[in-house]
Amino acid sequence: MKYFAKKLCTLIITLFIVSLLAFLAFQVISGDPATSRLGTHATPEQVEALRKEMGLDRPVFVRYGEWLVNFLRGDMGESYRYNMPVQDMIAEKLPTTAILILMACGLMIALAIPIGVFTARHAGGMFDRILTVTNQIVMAVPPVFVGILLSFAFGSLIRALTPVSFISYGDNFPRFILFMLFPALSIALARISMSVKLLRSSLLDEMERPYIRTAYSRGHSRDTALRRHALRNALIPVIVFMAVSAAEMVAGSIIIEQVFAIPGIGRLLLASISNRDYPVVQAIVLILAFWVVVVNFIADILSQYMDPRVRLG
Amino acid sequence: MAQRSIRLLGTQRALTKPNYFLHLGGGITGFVVVMILVGMVWLPYSPTAMSSAKFQAPSLAHLCGTDNLGRDIFSRIMEGAGSTFVIAASVVLLGLVAGTLIGCLTGYFGGLADLVLMRVCDALTAFPSILLALVMVTIFGLGKYQIILILGILFIPSFARVVRGEVARQKSQNYTASARLMGAGHFRIIFRHILPNILPVMLPTVSIGFNNAVLAEASMSYLGVGVQPPHASLGRMLAEAQGYLGNAPWYAMFTGLAIVLLILGFSMLGEGLNQRD
Repeated sequence: MKYFAKKLCTLIITLFIVSLLAFLAFQVISGDPATSRLGTHATPEQVEALRKEMGLDRPVFVRYGEWLVNFLRGDMGESYRYNMPVQDMIAEKLPTTAILILMACGLMIALAIPIGVFTARHAGGMFDRILTVTNQIVMAVPPVFVGILLSFAFGSLIRALTPVSFISYGDNFPRFILFMLFPALSIALARISMSVKLLRSSLLDEMERPYIRTAYSRGHSRDTALRRHALRNALIPVIVFMAVSAAEMVAGSIIIEQVFAIPGIGRLLLASISNRDYPVVQAIVLILAFWVVVVNFIADILSQYMDPRVRLG
Repeated sequence: MAQRSIRLLGTQRALTKPNYFLHLGGGITGFVVVMILVGMVWLPYSPTAMSSAKFQAPSLAHLCGTDNLGRDIFSRIMEGAGSTFVIAASVVLLGLVAGTLIGCLTGYFGGLADLVLMRVCDALTAFPSILLALVMVTIFGLGKYQIILILGILFIPSFARVVRGEVARQKSQNYTASARLMGAGHFRIIFRHILPNILPVMLPTVSIGFNNAVLAEASMSYLGVGVQPPHASLGRMLAEAQGYLGNAPWYAMFTGLAIVLLILGFSMLGEGLNQRD
């Protein structure tokens, strides 16, 4: 409980720092909004009047507080380019990206754990050796190329099974999921390889421990010892790794949305960067940063829950 | 019985069997580096020369075929790989030098600076580098040198952390104490005595860092926020090639393969170095 409270404090402080940095960074790069709104011909008096009207004459920390409160209330400002509230633009895209990342996580858990257990059970065998080499190669393939390869290799299959172009989750949910399958796999593939490799070595390490000898002496077979005793402990680093991966899949999602032309948060972010639409960039960066920080927090809590020794460290 | 065979595989193979990863990784990296070096002085065709022979399938004249403007893809890949390699190497060098300096000083002296810098490093490494890089692109702008600077800064924490840990460990060794007894100053101890001892430990970190740099550069150029048009880049070629997947699939395949070889060579080298000790 004490560990949880400590981690929660760190979480809140980190979120605070992240939001402050996001605010200050965009304060610096976007320049003075009053000047840019009035243009170069405005007199200093006009600029001063508008600055007062927009509240820019107040100390920066007051404005930060106000911005943060508004942000948490769901008011993220107005897009420079589209003159519409940022939260409306984001709310439209967020579910798409969220589902994509969740599907990638689901694939990672559903594939990595069985494969990892299987290759550890048959360590040294033909399958294990092939998989070790395959893993090494798969880890070297960038997600962009995985996406392109998948869409090429299964081009006809994709066309037969899944929709050719993006279908919104609101219009036809099952077909949306079907379409997202390959993008999700592209994001997850490298992470699956890494998890399999980690689970294999972690399982083999656990099998050397004294408690496994005890399990043998009680008449367990190697398979049962591995599945009932070693697996529980071997999964701890793997689950932590997967949680960290869930945070890093944000980056994968930004790229893969571009590959498969999925209108999600990542594409909005890229478009806003090239349009210099700072309020949108700022809001998206903050949301993604919050996701990363919160997932890392969950990873810490999970590892402590499963392995109480962590608390002592 | 089964358990014993596993143990043998785990420990003794590394001692008796040749280190395949190290040899294969060295081979692939050697091949890639030779191709890049050759590409710097000689290319089969000019990578920008257009011709009417568009979308030619791979042949002896054009090893990887031609693209939408009739340019030789093989020459373009050689040039692009060179550019990606130089960028990744500069990024690693920047991160390594700055990270080593920071790691040495914080690891050796400790104190408040150590605490603060390591917290900052923790915070930075928690974020996916692409996300941070995209934010920094809005600050520094687009271009080849901006990318090197941005990624270089983002790579500092990973090196700083490894160096710091190693320096902190070496600091309490006997040879450090004897160097101090002989009257060596702090900086002499750090750079003449400790640093040479931790260099071997840095090798796997450098190979991982190099791969991440290649991956980050390719991804950012693919997204259009990396290297800009006059300069060649494998990532941007991949983005172009994707549009012609239907009529010229070899364009994307060979470009992607080049990135895979670049990364695979170094990751196998890193794996081999890890297995050696």
